[in-house]
Amino acid sequence: MIQFVLLISRQGKVRLTKWYSPYTQKERSKVIRELSGVILTRGPKLCNFVEWRGHKVVYKRYASLYFCMGIDQEDNELEVLEIIHHYVEILDRYFGSVSELRPWFIVCELDLIFNFHKYNAAYYALDELLIAGELQESSKKTVARLIAAQDSLVEAAKEQASSLSNIISQATK
Amino acid sequence: MEQLKTIGRELAMGSQGGFGQSKEFLDLVKSIGEARSKAEEDRIVLREIESLKRRIVEPGIPKRKMKEYIIRLVYVEMLGHDASFGYIHAVKMTHDDNLVLKRTGYLAVTLFLNEDHDLIILIVNTIQKDLKSDNYLIVCAALNAVCKLINEETIPAVLPQVVELLGHSKEAVRKKAIMALHRFYHKSPSSVSHLLSNFRKKLCDSDPGVMGATLCPLFDLITNDANSYKDLVVSFVSILKQVAEHRLPKAYDYHQLPAPFIQIRLLKILALLGSGDKQASEHMYTVVGDIFRKCDSSSNIGNAVLYECICCVSSIHLNPKLLEAAADVIARFLKSDSHNLKYMGIDALGRLIKLSPEIAEQHQLAVIDCLEDPDDTLKRKTFELLYKMTKSSNVEVIVDRMIDYMISINDNHYKTEIASRCVELAEQFAPSNHWFIQTMNKVFEHAGDLVNIKVAHNLMRLIAEGFGEDDDTADSQLRSSAVESYLHIIGEPKLPSVFLQVICWVLGEYGTADGKFSASYITGKLCDVAESYSSDETVKGYAVTALMKIYAFEIAAGRKLDILPENSVIWHMECQSLIEELSASHSTDLQQRAYELQAVIGLDVRAIGSIMPSDASCEDIEVDKSLSFLNGYVEKSLEKGAQSYIPENERFGMVNISNFRNQDQLEVTSHGLRFEAYELPKPSVQSRTPPISVASSTELVPVPEPSYYRETPQTAPVPSSTDTGPSGLKLRLDGVQKKWGRPTYSSSSASTSNSSSLKVVNGVTQVDGVSSGNSKTHETSYDSRRPQVEISEEKQKLAASLFGGSSKTERRSSTGHKVAKASSHASEKFHTSKSTTIYSADNAVEKPNLVQPPPDLLDLGEPIVASSAPSVDPFRQLEELLDSTQDPGTFGGTKAPDFMALYAETPAGGRSAGVALPLSLNRDGDNLIPGLSNASSNTVHGGTTVTNPSQISKGPNVKEALEKDALVRQMGVTPSDLGFTLLLFLLRSRYMEKATSSAAPAKIGGGGGGSRRQSDLNRSFKLAIRSLLTSCSKQELAKAFSNFSNAEQESLHRLFIQDEFESLCLETQVGTALETVEQLVEEKNLDPLFSEKSNIMDAVQNLSMAKRNEIHYLMGMLEKAEEQNRCLQDRVELLRQKMPDDSGISVVMEKFKSGILSYGTCSDGI
Repeated sequence: MIQFVLLISRQGKVRLTKWYSPYTQKERSKVIRELSGVILTRGPKLCNFVEWRGHKVVYKRYASLYFCMGIDQEDNELEVLEIIHHYVEILDRYFGSVSELRPWFIVCELDLIFNFHKYNAAYYALDELLIAGELQESSKKTVARLIAAQDSLVEAAKEQASSLSNIISQATK
Repeated sequence: MEQLKTIGRELAMGSQGGFGQSKEFLDLVKSIGEARSKAEEDRIVLREIESLKRRIVEPGIPKRKMKEYIIRLVYVEMLGHDASFGYIHAVKMTHDDNLVLKRTGYLAVTLFLNEDHDLIILIVNTIQKDLKSDNYLIVCAALNAVCKLINEETIPAVLPQVVELLGHSKEAVRKKAIMALHRFYHKSPSSVSHLLSNFRKKLCDSDPGVMGATLCPLFDLITNDANSYKDLVVSFVSILKQVAEHRLPKAYDYHQLPAPFIQIRLLKILALLGSGDKQASEHMYTVVGDIFRKCDSSSNIGNAVLYECICCVSSIHLNPKLLEAAADVIARFLKSDSHNLKYMGIDALGRLIKLSPEIAEQHQLAVIDCLEDPDDTLKRKTFELLYKMTKSSNVEVIVDRMIDYMISINDNHYKTEIASRCVELAEQFAPSNHWFIQTMNKVFEHAGDLVNIKVAHNLMRLIAEGFGEDDDTADSQLRSSAVESYLHIIGEPKLPSVFLQVICWVLGEYGTADGKFSASYITGKLCDVAESYSSDETVKGYAVTALMKIYAFEIAAGRKLDILPENSVIWHMECQSLIEELSASHSTDLQQRAYELQAVIGLDVRAIGSIMPSDASCEDIEVDKSLSFLNGYVEKSLEKGAQSYIPENERFGMVNISNFRNQDQLEVTSHGLRFEAYELPKPSVQSRTPPISVASSTELVPVPEPSYYRETPQTAPVPSSTDTGPSGLKLRLDGVQKKWGRPTYSSSSASTSNSSSLKVVNGVTQVDGVSSGNSKTHETSYDSRRPQVEISEEKQKLAASLFGGSSKTERRSSTGHKVAKASSHASEKFHTSKSTTIYSADNAVEKPNLVQPPPDLLDLGEPIVASSAPSVDPFRQLEELLDSTQDPGTFGGTKAPDFMALYAETPAGGRSAGVALPLSLNRDGDNLIPGLSNASSNTVHGGTTVTNPSQISKGPNVKEALEKDALVRQMGVTPSDLGFTLLLFLLRSRYMEKATSSAAPAKIGGGGGGSRRQSDLNRSFKLAIRSLLTSCSKQELAKAFSNFSNAEQESLHRLFIQDEFESLCLETQVGTALETVEQLVEEKNLDPLFSEKSNIMDAVQNLSMAKRNEIHYLMGMLEKAEEQNRCLQDRVELLRQKMPDDSGISVVMEKFKSGILSYGTCSDGI
């Protein structure tokens, strides 16, 4: 079972957290602090796995972002590494299809954050992929479809807003 | 109007940027992104929290604004600050009807709240409502929240609805409902115990996603109770088969692999179901074998599946074929350059080692490399492996390594773990008392306070009990060596408390037992300890008790005078003052001990003898719970008219309650001091442990069974690992000679040759056994890219000591060789030539004879022969090849002796030359002998070639070759001989490699395989020659082998060149370069700005160049167009000039027309 998901920037700034086991705020900060200390200092050619306080943590770096997942002892590390990649591919696909924001997501220092609507999407995508610490869906297509369905609602709201603003701007001219 | 304008502006902003985010928020994010220190970031966040606190409670905030606030809260919380003031607003937002807001609310709530939060009760109602919603997206959002928030108490509130949703039309909902039930099962298994059949049903869901999700709860259920699900084995197997055969929709493919995540989960389940169940396992063999074969090992996910297969194989009932496949995969993992795969390989090795210890032998050097890798993770994993494969022969090396590593790290968590492992291994396998005590001292010294107190208690008990053998002298030796070393250590500053406790106890109990040290000396030391660690009461307590024991023993032994010798008044004073000080101590425990001490000293010899019997810590104390010794007194009192005792419950008449209380009391007492003997440890941990008692010690610390982690023994039979099984907590003083893997030569050869008559894998090996007198020439695969220099002798020694002392063996076999050499140098020649002729004549019947060289003749000691055989049978390949050569019979017989004459001069090399001979014989007809002489030419070339071979050999042989190398070094042979040996090995390995690589087509193609192989070989030779003719001068060769014919020299040269070529390939690391390129490409794909970012100037230049070119092009176009224009104008001009002519024509036309008309009329008129 996956205990937590962390996204940390190369500078050690937290970008996204999701905890599947109960951690107090204090424990969370501790995990983040100590783990980023361990992971960020690791060389590029080493294992993508770290053992930390009896947990196994699998991490992978994409550009300036580190994706980390804390897992149980008996979990398959390579599989989790691929779950991370799977998630990244989903995000990549999502951001690629929604807008030209794709490079932002991966590259920019402000990456996920800049556009908070997109930021939520990172959470929503994670919710479609993992639930209660288990992989619930391994088909990229299905996940993408669900996120799109949810997005369409947002889009509808947006359109409404923009047409409204048009009307208003015309009216106030 | 103004208001409308602002609203319009806001809406516009909302629509173009992120939905509903304001500039403030962007600023916040930006400033945090730019913050240079954690402190600065904290300041910004705190300011943000302040402003949010203020604004979130303002009345009448628009919902959209509220949503933004909530997201800002999420952000703040994510950065590690407390946003609890806003939780309630997030909860409120979940009540909203708007889906977007509701989702945001749910998201925030799942991120904020743990399942035991008070606010959850406020959400349950909303969740209930939402679960009934028509919109499946709302249901999904609610189910997400259910998975995170619903706790044991609230499960019943939503359970019926969740169960209903199992039949929902949308698969996304069904899937989430399953996962929610799984979550409930985690939280409280009893709550869903009546619904377990639903999981079985959902396994047949039409949607593969739902099926895949169902595997999660089923895995947990099967983990808890495998037997009730045995009936599903067939279904799981068939599902796995279908998945592996690509029957699932394409959408489930991941990197071209069919639904690997589902495969992995199924394999996990099968591993559970097949564990210790032969019948169930038999169902699985085919499908697991299929996956082994089909799985693509080039991708990461493929390797993940393969790893899971290995786990499955190691768990289910043993199947030799699958085991072999698993061993192959492990070899691939370990040989890989990727640290990840090495890590997995080490882990997998740890799993298989229980089933077949010899697998690890093949990978000794790989394991050593991992052990010395700078990567901590890999190192730790390797230690875990070593821990699993420790036995009495290698315990010293392993534990020393562990302790060294333990000292070098700072991570307390891991330090504790490795310390307890050291202790456990030392207890189990210690070769000698002295070593054991030294090791324990080291562990305590460096990891003292991290070590579990139980470990200390255990150590005391071990010292007290001895190690199980009824050998009193050994026990007392152990004790006195402990006492000695403790007295030595005790003076060191800052010892850990736990260690001091052990020291005090042992000194008290056994300090004076062997009479080596005087009581005064020891008591002096104990007083020192009590003084220098005056803040540690436990240590002081131990010290005082130890003092008491020593005094008591002295008095009991009738040496009362010794306690007060005149010359040691000082220490005694010291002691006296200590006792006085302690009897006024704040700690009642210390006080009591001090008073007890004083009281005991005052008693007479007989009394002391019974209170403090010497060496009685192991005796049982019988506790008379019924107090029967009081019976006489009670009866007497009753006779005298005393009232009889009425039990409490009868006295109060409140039977139930007081019963209750009685139970409580019983429990309480059982938690308090216990006077009964220590519990017997669980049988799985210890085979035999006599109960210990605390007869003479006042430290009433219950010593439970040791609780370190131990491998539970595998149910599957463990063939030749006599030492690996759990063997109790005693010191293992026997079996030190036993080595890894097969213990003796004869048994190993027997087992391999018995295993199957087809498997003549060892034929090759055995041949060399005959011809060389050294059976260690067997080949194993090993990472070819490692240059020879890296494998230092030190490493090999380490490998040897870890993996069954190959160095010892080698030494022994080398002496054996010397003997054999002296006696049978000539016969060696004979053997070689004979063996080649035998093989070239393809006489299979002879094989068994060769396979079993008489061990007594060669005096092989304990060679690790044949256990590491390559999986593909090279010998058969060899034979097939032979068939295809034109005249196999003749050359072997005639030319071999020549060769032998050549190598007879180099004894060390000669041994292995004999090995190479038959192989290269078959390699390529005519090339044979020249090939060998070429090999010897390397001897002449000396140093340069020595390094080459190790790089060349991609084949399975380097490890052995290197062992050879070590052996040769040990024998003091010159490096040129060594080079010769190595090269021969490599030649042979090359051959083997070829043979193995062509194994597959050979199997398929049957008879035709042989010739195809040969053509392959030829082609590769030609290629090599063409590209590398310059690398090795032919003249040199000719010079070296002037006694060979030209043709022979020629082919020799070719052979050599091929090696050179491949070594070059490896040297230049084509493979890694390609990998790097691939990696770069991949990164670049994910990183579209990569190039632009890295060299903007270039991009700009490129761009301007392109623009300029375009402009040029356009200019050209323009010019062209103008020219054309001009042309047109000219034409027009011209046409205008011609106009007059045209008019003339028209006149003519006119005329014609009129003429025709008139003609018409004329004719009409006619």
